[in-house]
Amino acid sequence: MIKSKRLGEILSNTLIYVVLSILSIIWLIPIVWLILQSFRLEIGAISTRFFPLNYTLSNYTRLFEYDTILQGKFPVWFMNTLLVATVTMVISTILVLLTSYAFSRLRFPARMPMMKLILVLGLFPGFMSMIAVYNILRLMGLTGSIIGLMFIYSGGAGFGYYISKGYFDTISKAIDEAAMIDGASRAQIFWHIILPLSKPIVIYTMITSFIGPWGDYIFARLLLGENIDQYTVATGLVWILDRANINEYFTRFAAGSVIVATPITLLFLFLQRYYVSGVTGGSVKG
Amino acid sequence: MKDELRSEPFYIWIPQSILDFIIQILKVAFEFTLSIFTSLYDFLKTTGKVIVSLAKKGYEGLIKYSRIFIKGNYKTKLSFLLMGFGAYTNGQIVKGILYQLLQVVSLGLLIFFFGPYIAKLNTLGDTLGTPVTYDPGNPNADPFGYVPAQPGDNSMIILLLSVGGIILAALLYYFYLQNLRLAEANEMTLQVGKRPIPFKEEVKQLLNERFHITVLSWPVFFSFIFTVLPLVFMILIAFTEFDRFHQPPGSLFTWVGLDNFINMFSGQNAFYSRLPRTLWAILQWSFVWAIFATFLNYFFGMILALMINKKGIKLKVLWRTVFVITIAVPQFISLLIMRNFFNEQGPFVNFLIDLGLVGPGYGPFLTKESARFWVIVINLWVGVPYTMLITSGILMNIPADLYESATIDGAGSITKFFKITLPYMLFVTGPYLVTAFIGNINNFNIIYFLTGGGPSSQQLFQAGHTDLLVTWLFRLTLFDSDYKMASTLGILIFMISSFFSLIIFSRTGGIKAEDSFQ
Repeated sequence: MIKSKRLGEILSNTLIYVVLSILSIIWLIPIVWLILQSFRLEIGAISTRFFPLNYTLSNYTRLFEYDTILQGKFPVWFMNTLLVATVTMVISTILVLLTSYAFSRLRFPARMPMMKLILVLGLFPGFMSMIAVYNILRLMGLTGSIIGLMFIYSGGAGFGYYISKGYFDTISKAIDEAAMIDGASRAQIFWHIILPLSKPIVIYTMITSFIGPWGDYIFARLLLGENIDQYTVATGLVWILDRANINEYFTRFAAGSVIVATPITLLFLFLQRYYVSGVTGGSVKG
Repeated sequence: MKDELRSEPFYIWIPQSILDFIIQILKVAFEFTLSIFTSLYDFLKTTGKVIVSLAKKGYEGLIKYSRIFIKGNYKTKLSFLLMGFGAYTNGQIVKGILYQLLQVVSLGLLIFFFGPYIAKLNTLGDTLGTPVTYDPGNPNADPFGYVPAQPGDNSMIILLLSVGGIILAALLYYFYLQNLRLAEANEMTLQVGKRPIPFKEEVKQLLNERFHITVLSWPVFFSFIFTVLPLVFMILIAFTEFDRFHQPPGSLFTWVGLDNFINMFSGQNAFYSRLPRTLWAILQWSFVWAIFATFLNYFFGMILALMINKKGIKLKVLWRTVFVITIAVPQFISLLIMRNFFNEQGPFVNFLIDLGLVGPGYGPFLTKESARFWVIVINLWVGVPYTMLITSGILMNIPADLYESATIDGAGSITKFFKITLPYMLFVTGPYLVTAFIGNINNFNIIYFLTGGGPSSQQLFQAGHTDLLVTWLFRLTLFDSDYKMASTLGILIFMISSFFSLIIFSRTGGIKAEDSFQ
């Protein structure tokens, strides 16, 4: 009996290892291919081969050199994105945490109506208001610059309160009450009690808001127009692909993508457990 | 007993559990249909209730404030004219001045800045600007005979600033009522012989009892400018003729009532004759896509999570990391790479040709059916790691004794999956699934970067065979500048999304029960 059970266990585990290995390969193929393309010597947008014929580092080095299309802008784009991402991260983390704290901990007449309103507004597709946002920023003279972009990314941040509110809800209210008896104000409770207890969700909010600007193409492209000095990496990299010379630039796009994706992926992997806690925390309560 | 169960041939439980599964699905489908009607009913009921309660509140407010006016002393009475009067004459100097400033500044803005725009809201402007012209006979001409350019109306700015002005007016109205209540409260406090709260105390309150005001004012301010205002503006656009033929500053646009909605559904207008057909085709595909994308991702993500988290499987962190990497890579990168990888001359097709599975000339994104199939498959690559993360946390929370008792009863792992895991997961993550479904109807990145909506079709109006409602909206906006139709479509998407959300909230109690979790 026991032996056969063991055998079945081993068999099923082996099967799982095989399946997991195959799936891992499938999931890594596009990423490995991206890395291989970034070292490809042959030019051309499309390569029929998985492995390049010849390898080179020039795709990377040429990203930082001056040529007629790139104009040496890649480092500029990188710094722009870093700046936008950092500012966005600070502003939206503050806005999100404050909003979720208010909805989770404080009781005031407008609480329910506000939460319902946010829910309803969230059901409109985000692209719908794109043109209006563009025009508002144009009236403020902020189109074509990354400052406008910072406004777009962090402006509606309070609406993303849901996940961190869910986290704050799990912290026992008895702690607040005890602190209030000791004479702490709500502001002090937030800074000295709730925030230190919510490290995972603070980090989750920071990662997601920091990573957002690295991946957003649509809003950045719309807002920045043809002003390539202010481009972010996403707009810049897609822009060199959109050109008639995609054939020459595809491998450089791949190299640029690797440069962009590497730090983000590393950041992600280091902070993985916070990210996981955020994602799972937000979904259980629905 | 145990041995008896074990001696049953293995195939007995297969049909049984599959049958159960099908019955479960039918049951869910039935309840779902039923809940559509109940939520429609709820929706109508709630709307009615809201209207009645608003009317009631308005009436009560009218009585309340007229009573304040009649019974109040001269300070309170003057507060109806000068905001903050009941504060600065009753010892709350700073607060009173702030109210007064608010009144002066907002009224000034409303009258001198927003006023001219709001005045033109009914027509959205009537005079076009003129460029510099040469006309020596014109009385306005300069000594060289050139008439300077005349700024005209810009319908879009009129609409945008009118909406902004109306929002500001609503805010002012709110603070005006606050000011009246404050004046009355101060009068009462003084009558009892106490002093109104000094300003210092009030600032302290902002960090304690009224911390929510401090905390929420910034998010509210930002969301009003970047979310509420644009949204209201775009909703209004659906009732105008704003498109590339009526684009300011070159030309004006005006209100057209429900014409856009009528065109969307009837196609009577020759220019929009293909519109109803396109809407229908895209709606169908959006639903098919959302169903497949949601449930396949969920199902495979859960199976992946089960495999990784199974007892006895080693290197769990490594397996999870492999899949998490794909979440970390920005989507525009991974999807553009995929587009080239799956190109008709790319390595994937080449590989298939080498295997002899397809002939040359095959491309995954070239025909309607194939493009749709591959978009769904590639979406698995994008979505499964994410659902794997979500489900693994919940899977670990399933009470272990459920499985133990099932094992004692002799259930196999497949039976356990269908009888315990799946029902439990569906129960816990039901709301998440509907949210994910709505998210998938609005899933922009995958379609935009992989196919761009293609393969394109002459049968459809400004759309391709893989376009979803939201990518179609994007196309209408950016490539076609058909803002009015894009906004109309946006309102339709909103109606679809809110319909599904209503179903979740009527089923789960939604945010009504939110407090009970704490």
